[in-house]
Amino acid sequence: MASVPRSFLLLSIIPTILILCADFACCNTGRKTGDGLDTDFSGFSVPLEHSFEVDDVSRFRMRGALQLRGGRETSVSLSQSQLSEEDRKTLKEVAAVDGLYKIRVPRVSLTDRQTERQMDGYLTAFVRACSLVESHLSDVITLHTDVSGYLIGVSIVTIPGACRGTEVEDEVDLEAFNTTLTIIAPTNAPQPETALFIERMDIEHEKRGKPQEQKSFFAKYWYLILGGAIFLMASSSAQPSAGGAEEQQS
Amino acid sequence: MKPPAKMSKPTSLFVIFFSLFIMSEAVFEDQVGKFDWRQQYVGKTLFAHFDSHSQSSNKLFLATDKNIFASFNSRTGDLLWRHVDKVGPEGTIDILVLHGQDALMVVGGGRLLRSWDTNMGGLNWEAVLDTGSFQAACFVAIQDTVKHVAVLKKAAISLHYLTNGHQKWVENLPDSDTVQYQAVYSGGEVEVYVLGVVPNSHLTIIAYSLEDGEIIKQRSVEAPWLSSVESSCVVIGQGVLMCVDPATLALYTLPIQAEEAPQFNQILLQVTPVQPRLEVSLGFQPVLVSSQPHPARSPISEFFLQLGPDHHVLLQLNADGYTIAALRDFQPAFLVSFATTGEKTVAVVMTPKNETLYVHAFLKKDDSVDYRVLVQTQDHALTFIQQPGRVVWTREEALADVVTMEMVDLPLTGTQAELEGEFGKKADGLFPMVLKRLSSQVILLQAWLAHLWKLFYEARKPHGQVKNEVTIETLSRDEFNLQKMMVMVTASGKLFGIDSKSGSILWKHYLENVQPNAVFKLIVQRTTAHFPHPPQCTLLIKDKDTGLASLHVFNPIFGRKSHIAPPALPRPILQSLLLPVIDQDYAKVLLLVDDQYKVTAFPSTKNVLQQLQEMASSIFFYLIRSDQGNLSGFRLRKDLSTERIWEVVLPTEVQKIVAVNGKRPNEHVHSQGRVMGDRSVLYKYLNPNLLAVVTESTDAHPERAFVGVFLVDGVTGRIIHEAVQRKARGPVHFVHSENWVVYEYWNTKSRRNEFSVLELFEGTELYNSTVFSSLDRPHLPQVLQQTYIFPSPITTMEATLTEKGITSRHLLVGLPSGAILSLPKMFLDPRRPEVVTEHSREENLIPYAPEMPIRTEWFINYNQTVARVKGIYTAPSGLESTCLVVAYGLDIYQTRVYPSKQFDVLKDDYDYVLISSVLFALFFATMISKRLAQVKLLNRAWR
Repeated sequence: MASVPRSFLLLSIIPTILILCADFACCNTGRKTGDGLDTDFSGFSVPLEHSFEVDDVSRFRMRGALQLRGGRETSVSLSQSQLSEEDRKTLKEVAAVDGLYKIRVPRVSLTDRQTERQMDGYLTAFVRACSLVESHLSDVITLHTDVSGYLIGVSIVTIPGACRGTEVEDEVDLEAFNTTLTIIAPTNAPQPETALFIERMDIEHEKRGKPQEQKSFFAKYWYLILGGAIFLMASSSAQPSAGGAEEQQS
Repeated sequence: MKPPAKMSKPTSLFVIFFSLFIMSEAVFEDQVGKFDWRQQYVGKTLFAHFDSHSQSSNKLFLATDKNIFASFNSRTGDLLWRHVDKVGPEGTIDILVLHGQDALMVVGGGRLLRSWDTNMGGLNWEAVLDTGSFQAACFVAIQDTVKHVAVLKKAAISLHYLTNGHQKWVENLPDSDTVQYQAVYSGGEVEVYVLGVVPNSHLTIIAYSLEDGEIIKQRSVEAPWLSSVESSCVVIGQGVLMCVDPATLALYTLPIQAEEAPQFNQILLQVTPVQPRLEVSLGFQPVLVSSQPHPARSPISEFFLQLGPDHHVLLQLNADGYTIAALRDFQPAFLVSFATTGEKTVAVVMTPKNETLYVHAFLKKDDSVDYRVLVQTQDHALTFIQQPGRVVWTREEALADVVTMEMVDLPLTGTQAELEGEFGKKADGLFPMVLKRLSSQVILLQAWLAHLWKLFYEARKPHGQVKNEVTIETLSRDEFNLQKMMVMVTASGKLFGIDSKSGSILWKHYLENVQPNAVFKLIVQRTTAHFPHPPQCTLLIKDKDTGLASLHVFNPIFGRKSHIAPPALPRPILQSLLLPVIDQDYAKVLLLVDDQYKVTAFPSTKNVLQQLQEMASSIFFYLIRSDQGNLSGFRLRKDLSTERIWEVVLPTEVQKIVAVNGKRPNEHVHSQGRVMGDRSVLYKYLNPNLLAVVTESTDAHPERAFVGVFLVDGVTGRIIHEAVQRKARGPVHFVHSENWVVYEYWNTKSRRNEFSVLELFEGTELYNSTVFSSLDRPHLPQVLQQTYIFPSPITTMEATLTEKGITSRHLLVGLPSGAILSLPKMFLDPRRPEVVTEHSREENLIPYAPEMPIRTEWFINYNQTVARVKGIYTAPSGLESTCLVVAYGLDIYQTRVYPSKQFDVLKDDYDYVLISSVLFALFFATMISKRLAQVKLLNRAWR
């Protein structure tokens, strides 16, 4: 009996876990890209571009290449180069004026239709340049897909995310990105859990129901009826003696 | 079959279980109508008839564009009964004709023929008609008694008995593919005439026998000038068809009954011997108006000819049947109508520009003719006028189609305002301050004395005469701010100010030139809190097709148009947003984004522009193009231009965006988290910029259809959560508030309605507890979700709102039955446990049950059903426990709800006398015992 409630508890936790560990792939400055990726015919590469300008006019440049692989298990990895001397300088300048650091990826489909993979338009996201600088270029990029495998959105956050105004002295800190990359597919919203509920109710019924098995009237009260019958019989047989007792009294 | 059968038992068990958790709340019988009111409407009148059956009757019968057949008391304008039919073309009323006690109606484009009993409003009978679009209908009389009704369709004519609706005969019309049959006429003879036209060629007249539907005769008359019988011909006099030809400006007459090769007789308007000369206004199509008072008799020979928008002439057809005489010229006259009683006929003309006119004439006791007039005006008001021009009543039928509304606090009373003014002014020295204080105290004393005097004066009057009429002058805020001004915007472009306590209309304002497809957005820019500045509302009126918008700025308390000139908006407006920035006059700044992503500020004073420049980098907004599936975010630049900073694209071939909802800006959340059973705190994810985006799949197949729910941060464009409800279809209704989203959809697999709730939590630790910034919140929240079965479809949904957000929340669900269900949010909680544990019991969580109960005592509107509820508006009151609710649709219903009961109010039957007498008794007892103790001490000391 005890095992059943525990499994229920587990099931109710599962959605939470699913959200936390959606298809996860992580890489570090592109060095960890799987060797097999290039040989895999379903994997393909799209550019990841970024833009950071003091005057806030977007001029996107190449930041790296996203290796996407669709199919049953979507996965993603990123190979990116280091920031040049000039880029580092610009980034610090942009951070000083509270400018934005923007990234974009082209709209693609992860499904295997090679012909319609690429659509026009880009998905854009941004983060404050100062938070990127202060976090020493450690960012988390998340790609979102829809049910049919189209990329629908991209997001970028830095950890830590705050701009505290701390000066980043060491130029080395701004050389290489420390990127965590995830791809998230939509979760399935739960259905009403009728089956489990009925099962549980049945178990509860069984627990409570056993002693209360429906018995017939005679089965329940046979001893009372029997006792009553005996008593009646006894009293009817004692009838004549009762008359005698009356006599005695008078 | 097995699971449902099993289901019933557990559910009933659980209903009993729930009743232990939540004590019943319902309205007591003596509370009915105390805090709530309902107003019933019918919409814009299409057909109206007076009850002429009996002399003393004072009933009106109306058929409206909202598919309603209703009856009014013509003395008071009160609704006697109404029948609300289906929405849309299925329920449209094609025609309403009245004879005696029977009201005949063709419904749904010729689908049904119905007969109603006008006395009680009951249905006599209903007959299903053959398919085909409806053209015309008329009563058919034989020997002065009306026994049949003829219904003309595109290709057939049928005759029905008036008593039971049975079809007497039905005949196909000859050559119905070329001839357009448009009119049916019966003048009390044994024939029914059907008039059809081949445009610009000839007119066809077919006479059917009343007995068996046999064609008695069929004539064809040359009429190359005629394009439509419906719009240019009438029957007058002894069966004479009169048509008007706008091109040659001529009248044509033709006796319908004529034998053998009939011919139209032409009367040229210019050369008629009639004085004054009949001249048609330039570009105006002349219109004929005639009247057939009784179906058993032929129409009267007098008729109106409309020569211009405001020019009518009353003409008479002479006995010869082809010459006319002018009786009178009416100019200006916009509307004309006839009414007949007995032998007398009244012709009524009306000058002010209105829409439709209905007249009823009746004989007075002294045999003179009197009449009443019902006028339908452009602003959807229905006015009833009696003979001397006295308006008896007016019904504001525009309120049958409320689009949006807001509730505005009432202004302070004079004395309160005085006090407010004292503190509002700048201090200038100690002595003037003291003087000012003294003077305001004197004013207060004066007001109080005046109030006392009024009380005394009123107490002497007989009781019935004291009336508390609400007028615009006496409006003032009550102690708990329970009475508010409801500003309602209707589809016709008429604005109303309604007192929320009584429901009386305090002001109305009709906006002319509002397109029928306009979209409205009502914004409260300045509330009543900034005395002496008047409150200010702005209505954004946007044309749906062109996107061009205009602003109407007004005072919501008095309805007067503000003297502030709104900015000119030459370009289509994509988005409007109200900023928390205020100008020097305490008006919030409204930003309007046009299609070139340029921003216009209103008000746009120097002060505002300066503030905007300073804040520009922290003003973000989003735009949604549902046709492209595009969501994008923008940031304001210092020069009021914008830059695009993020973009999310949902491919339209997979799913389309149905609705987007942010949170209400005036919502307060009192507790930051939820205390769990083990005394730890689960913090809520309270992102004020969060958007809930609901999509529906383009694939409508029940197995593949889905509903998508996206939670997107409106500032960064980050997708916080993305969930897909498989095998689901819309219409999706949803509410987004605090840290939760509740949505309702149709499950295509199980064929039932389901409710789903999403709650977002940050976890047991807050990332930054002092301030929330979308730019600095790197971790995604935990999302919990649960789904329930809801045993009814719903039409609209809203959440209760209170002043400080302490009171627990309820969902207000409008059901198609007209009931409004107040569903505790407690039932929609994804943390409801499958198995009851110690912790969950500690937390007061209700165990999970897949079915959501509907309990009749949760209906906040008891038997006051709100027909076709379209929206529910909630507003906080001054009492934390109380939330004001307005449900609107065809009807308007206002009430108060107390989601956590009235915890901050003493009950009506609170025993003040007992409590105070106990208090006094205790007080005196203490005094006496103290005295006694003193005496005792003294005595002891003496000993």
